[in-house]
Amino acid sequence: MISVENVSKSFVLHNQGVAEIPVMQGASLKVGAGECVALVGASGAGKSTLMRMIYGNYLTASGRIMIGDVDVATAAPRDIIRLRRETLGYVSQFLRVVPRVSTLDVVAEPLLATGTKRDAAVHQAEILLTRLNIPERLWQLSPTTFSGGEQQRVNIARGFAFPYPALLLDEPTASLDPTNRATVLSMVGEAKARGTAIIGIFHDHAARDEICDHQFDVTRFTPGLAA
Amino acid sequence: MTPLLQVENIAKFYGTRIGCTDVSFDLYPGEVMGIVGESGSGKSTLLNCLAGHLTPDRGAVRFDTRADGLRDTITMSEPERRMLSRTDWAFVHQHARDGLRMNVSAGGNVGERLMAVNARHYGDIRAQAIDWLGRVEITEDRIDDRPTAFSGGMQQRLQIARNLVTGPRLVFMDEPTGGLDVSVQARLLDLLRGLVREMNLSAIIVTHDLAVVRLLADRLMVMKDGHVIETGLTDQVLDDPQHAYTQLLVSSVLQV
Repeated sequence: MISVENVSKSFVLHNQGVAEIPVMQGASLKVGAGECVALVGASGAGKSTLMRMIYGNYLTASGRIMIGDVDVATAAPRDIIRLRRETLGYVSQFLRVVPRVSTLDVVAEPLLATGTKRDAAVHQAEILLTRLNIPERLWQLSPTTFSGGEQQRVNIARGFAFPYPALLLDEPTASLDPTNRATVLSMVGEAKARGTAIIGIFHDHAARDEICDHQFDVTRFTPGLAA
Repeated sequence: MTPLLQVENIAKFYGTRIGCTDVSFDLYPGEVMGIVGESGSGKSTLLNCLAGHLTPDRGAVRFDTRADGLRDTITMSEPERRMLSRTDWAFVHQHARDGLRMNVSAGGNVGERLMAVNARHYGDIRAQAIDWLGRVEITEDRIDDRPTAFSGGMQQRLQIARNLVTGPRLVFMDEPTGGLDVSVQARLLDLLRGLVREMNLSAIIVTHDLAVVRLLADRLMVMKDGHVIETGLTDQVLDDPQHAYTQLLVSSVLQV
């Protein structure tokens, strides 16, 4: 489902003496349907960089990133927009939403965007929020005022609302209590069982060992770090 | 799929000075494109060329008309272009008073657009006006008030209602949230996002506010000195800017 082929990337910082910083060289990775791969490596090795390249918010200098039949490295913006709407989900570490939009609408949005009727989308959002222990009295409020852990759970609910065939998870269990952590892990397990290909970053090693089938050490492809 | 708008090699000069030049892009139905750049970068000149307010010196702006498919709006006749701007196009000005008739009631402002496309039944026009005022969160009891009695945020919402009542397919916006305080801005952004999705609108939004484009625009175009220096997915341009100027722009945003 996800196939990263020989990708590389460097950042050119024009306003800091035109410094060119190579960050990724020759990385290749395949994730099949129902498989979960953890990106590992020291901080700064490029785990998040690779994840952003796969999602398309970082440009890829060379190589291919195939999600289904779309090459994210070369696709036009509107093809990536469609890919993100229908195929590739992303649970980021931080929630970024329009102020004033209710939590229910934030969670239901990916379903509304893919044509689910409003009632059904809201119903699904209610199920997810209940499962992630967001109290019902908060549902009509904007999540911008929530605590860190609550925001993260809203983010997870939103990320799991639509059954994407491919999913990127950036620290999905950080700052969660044991109960919610277990819920999130079983949601990841259910997504795998449905055939979702997953790439994740987990500092929570127990969680990583529980749900990931393989580990991918990005350090091997970090210029200047590879042994 | 046919693009809704196909812009090819647009250039506009003010004497020997460049307004904007070498601008080309396609916009598809349902897409929202942001244009950012500092003042004087040519973004408003470009928007006005696209919307038919200025005549560019070169290039073509093709719009997918309902009747005849793609037509160059620069070479079409003035009445045809005016018809488009009353029906399929909408233009939201930065200053609501440029887009409203200040001495006509709120309901009249909305109804006027309907009458321009031959609505004649008073009851229908008033009902539609009430419906649209409601959608932009202006209560029915304000329908007979003039926009002069409205706050800045309400005027801006009224301008949006006036523009969208005829069901346009393409909306041009020039700094739609400029000059509004942040809570009003958030409300307006939320409203615009909902309308874009429900009506499958395409929009071109000129702004200097990167937070606004991140929330509203799928794609981004960065302009400097009349040239397009970078384009791409909005989050890609903001998270991984390639051009020196874009990097400066993004890194200059104050973190809240």
